[in-house]
Parts: sequence; structure tokens; C-alpha cells
Amino acid sequence: MITYEELLKETALADERFVVMTAENRALVRNLPQALGDRFIDTGITEQTMLGAAAGLALRGRIPVVHALSAFLTMRAFEFTRTSVGIANLPVKMSSFIPGVLSDGNGPTHQAIEDVSIMRGIPGMEVFAPADAEDLVQMLPSIWASPHPSYVRISTLPAVYKHAPYEAGKAEVISKGKDLTILTYGFMFEQCFHAKALLEAEGLEVGLINMRSLKPLDEQAIRDLIGNTNQLITIEDHFITGGLFSIVAEFLVRAGLQIPVSPIGFDAKWFKPGRLNEVLAYEKLDPAGLVEQIKSL
Amino acid sequence: MNQDSQTELQAFALKVRERIIPMATEGGCFLGASLSAVDVLTYLYTSFLNIDKSNLTDPKRDYLFLSKGHDVPALYGIFAELGWIESDRLANHLSTTDHIYWHPNRQIPGVEFHSGSLGQLPAVSIGVAMDMKISKTANRVVCVMGDGELNEGSCWEAFLVANAHKLTNLIFVIDRNQFQANMATEDLIPLEPLVDKFKAFGMQTQRVNGHDFTQLEQAFEMTNTVPGPHVIICDTVRGKGLPSIEARSDRWFCNFSSAEIQSLMDELHQISQATLTAETLVVR
Repeated sequence: MITYEELLKETALADERFVVMTAENRALVRNLPQALGDRFIDTGITEQTMLGAAAGLALRGRIPVVHALSAFLTMRAFEFTRTSVGIANLPVKMSSFIPGVLSDGNGPTHQAIEDVSIMRGIPGMEVFAPADAEDLVQMLPSIWASPHPSYVRISTLPAVYKHAPYEAGKAEVISKGKDLTILTYGFMFEQCFHAKALLEAEGLEVGLINMRSLKPLDEQAIRDLIGNTNQLITIEDHFITGGLFSIVAEFLVRAGLQIPVSPIGFDAKWFKPGRLNEVLAYEKLDPAGLVEQIKSL
Repeated sequence: MNQDSQTELQAFALKVRERIIPMATEGGCFLGASLSAVDVLTYLYTSFLNIDKSNLTDPKRDYLFLSKGHDVPALYGIFAELGWIESDRLANHLSTTDHIYWHPNRQIPGVEFHSGSLGQLPAVSIGVAMDMKISKTANRVVCVMGDGELNEGSCWEAFLVANAHKLTNLIFVIDRNQFQANMATEDLIPLEPLVDKFKAFGMQTQRVNGHDFTQLEQAFEMTNTVPGPHVIICDTVRGKGLPSIEARSDRWFCNFSSAEIQSLMDELHQISQATLTAETLVVR
């Protein structure tokens, strides 16, 4: 499977409109300066200027794919994204590096666990969270082809599941289950995938949905669950406020649909920093921890 | 610049001021900041920029970004004089039936980008200038900023990036009218020595009288031969043209009665001094 960097390189070489920008966060694009020449733009540690300049480039017909650490991409530059990119609805494509628990040992300064909440609040902004490296490169061509701005939670971890092809704005139904259905996105997909196996080993029928697109929401995928599963559980490495739990709850209330929904996420707290596997265990977001949390709901 | 050209530009700028002043009623506008920028904008649109009614969307045109935003009545007054918008539309100021309000927006032909949040358009201008370099086109970008706007850290971040990326086609214009909102700049967040600051950021820096068309012409013509990024600090007077409100910290946002507007028009034409009541002072 092609990597993120290879896909971006191929896309930019095939289409002159693409420019690659970074606020000196080169982890995902290390080899692109040579390949793209003056269409690779590093603005230094200036998330605000990068987003404003991306709006200017887009105003001239370019499609900037911008890179920075999630916390600074979303929060330091927020007003530039909302005001210069958002009001003009320009196709600036945000690649958000180390969102959620992927900031592992950095500490709360780097924990982007409100990113989905704040980015989806911008009119026109599309929000995506691929499960892993394979899901990511399946989804990106469609995301980058959209005329709207987008925010993508990047996960480059190896896939544990062979994903179905991506259909724009659609969720991926991994399984259906009468007892409960887990809705999740991004990095937490893998943990949920293994948690599902543990629950099934105990005799439960477990549905699992890889949301993929958080905005637009695949409303039909949620509608299809009503009457077919006893409860929904949203699992996310995000504050419970404003993320998937809120997205699902907003839809259900608006559509007049009733089903119990329980959230698993960070309840108004930052997570304990450390090695990723230790973070997951400490916060009960690893498969065993998730099973424990689900049973205690 | 010869005397005829100067006279012509002065007459143009007077007409623009005639269009601005009536916007300072029925809800009001940022009159002081609009009047300080009129002459600079008049020079740029009539004599410097490659923009006219026929090429408003041509990718080869020059771009002007009005970052300070509050002075949009000056911009619309100029557009009306140039025939880019119908002049009677200015009477729609603050009406929801049109798109003419306190900050610029792209519904109005000639407005390149919306502004209002200070310190945003230096970065947007950088992106446009970057694209021109990538596209190898010869057009120029002018970003008009307020002096108070320089309080925003994002401006200085943008200057660093403009210098680092050698954006030779980019000109920042500072409307140095000495005031920000409710205070003199030097009484709140002192900006001087401004020339030294910009030079230290690697900018080709000039400082001129922003109401003197000859000096404006010399400064802007220089940008055609010396590579930028450029900064042209234009020393101006807040409220220029109306002595009753000139250089006053309490005349930022003005909402006058129609009688006061008439007396200000008389003052503009040096017929009589305006009589203004204290109630017209609005501090936002």
C-alpha cells in the first residue's frame, strides 16, 4: 500500500494546483522538498501565517495541503482557519499530525482532544478521521478532490483490518450486533476492533462502525442501527463534549430517534502523558480497559 | 509628479471624502480611519496598481488587500468614483438589502478579500504573493494595514515569513495616523521607532507623508526597481479633511445626525466650521 507521503507526491506531481505547506512539521513530508521544488513551502513555526497564506494561495486557485501538530494546527491558527479559510470556503486541506492520544508523551500542551469539536464548528469545513495508514490513503483522494476545506486526523499506524473502499461521507460498517454497537474513529478503531473480539468471546453480539467521516455525518448508518441494536457506545480519544458523542446525540435528537447512547472518551480532563501503550492502559482505552468501561456503563 | 496630476488626484480624493462623510450617520462608520487612508488609496488605485474595471478578475492584475478593514468607506468611495460600483449603492450602508457594512467583503466588485480581524491579511497577502512567484507572473500585492493593527503578533510573524521567502513583489503599507481605536498609539503600545523595527525585520522601508501625492509616487515607484518585501509607512492624520475631528482619540467611530453631516460637508469644502454635539461621540 502506498504511503501518505507517496500519495501526496503523486497527487502534487500530477496536478499543478497542489502545494504542500508545513509549519516546520516535516515528519510526514520529509522527502517532498526535492520532489516539489517551490510548491513545497515551509513557513517555519508559524501556524497562523501558514493558514493565512494557504487561504491566499487557494484564492489564486491552488489547493494547499497544510501540515502541523494537531494542537497548534487547530488552536493556534484557529481564527485564521475560521476567518480566512472558512468564511471564504477555500479548499485548504489540513493534515493534522499526532491528534488525540497520538501525542503520547508530550503532555497536555500537545493534546488535541477538542480538535473535532472546534473544527466541525466552522461552516463548510469537512472533518475526517481515517482509522489507519490504509484507511487514510483510501480516503484522501476523495477528501482532496472536494471543493471545501477539510481537517483530517492523520493516523499512519499499520492496519489491523482490510478496509472496504471509501465512499465519500460514508461510514464503514465492520459488523452488526444486537447487544451493542460501537461507533468510533481514527486511532481508536484498532483498540475497539480488539475490544469487540473480547466481548464476542464472552458471547455478546457486537456491532462496530468505523465512522471515517465525522462531518458530513453518515446519518443513514446511524438510522440503520435503530431497532437493530440495543445501545450505542461512542468511543473516542477526544473530550466527550463536542466530539462523536455530541455528533450522534445531536443527530438523534434532531431526527427524533430514540436509542440509549453512552460515551467513552475524556470527560473534561486531559490524559496522563506517557508511552502510547501505557497511556492506553492507564486511561482504560486499550482493549481490556474498553471492555471494563463498557461493562460498567 | 507634475502640478496637473497632483491637482487631479486632490480633486479625486475630495470626491471620495464627499462620499465617505455621509456614511457616518444612521448607524455611523469608522470615519477617522477612513479619511486618513483616502489619499494613499486614491494614489494606489488611480496611479499605481494594474487594476481597472476591465480586469477585476484577471489573474495578472495587481492585488490590494485592505487589512485594516475599518477604512472600507474610503475603499467604496474610490470604487464608486472609478465606476466599479454604482454610487447610489453607498446610501445602502448598513442596510441588509446590500452588502455594504463596516468591513469589506467580496460581494463588492474590487474587494479582494474580507477583513475586519486585524493581523489576518498580511498572511493572506503572503499566500497570494507566493502563488505569483510560483506562477512566475509579474503582478504585485499591496497590503494596507493600520498602525494600531501592528499590536497583533501575527503581523510580525508574517513579516518574518515575507522576508524569509523573499517576496519581492509584496508591499506592506502602514496608515500611520497615530491612533488605535480609543488611544494614541504611543500612549498605549508605543510603536516607534517604526522604521528601525521594519528594517530589522529585513524590509525595504520608506516613510513618507501619506497625504502628499508626490512623495507617495516616489516611494511606490521605487518598489518597481528595488526588490522587496517593502514597507511604506505613510504618516497621515486621522480624520484628514475635517479639522473638527482631526487627530482626536475620541473620533474613531462616528455616528452623526444628518444636520451634523451637512455641517461636516461644509467644513470639508471650507465653507464653515462644523458644529458637533457631544452625543455623537461613540466609543466602541
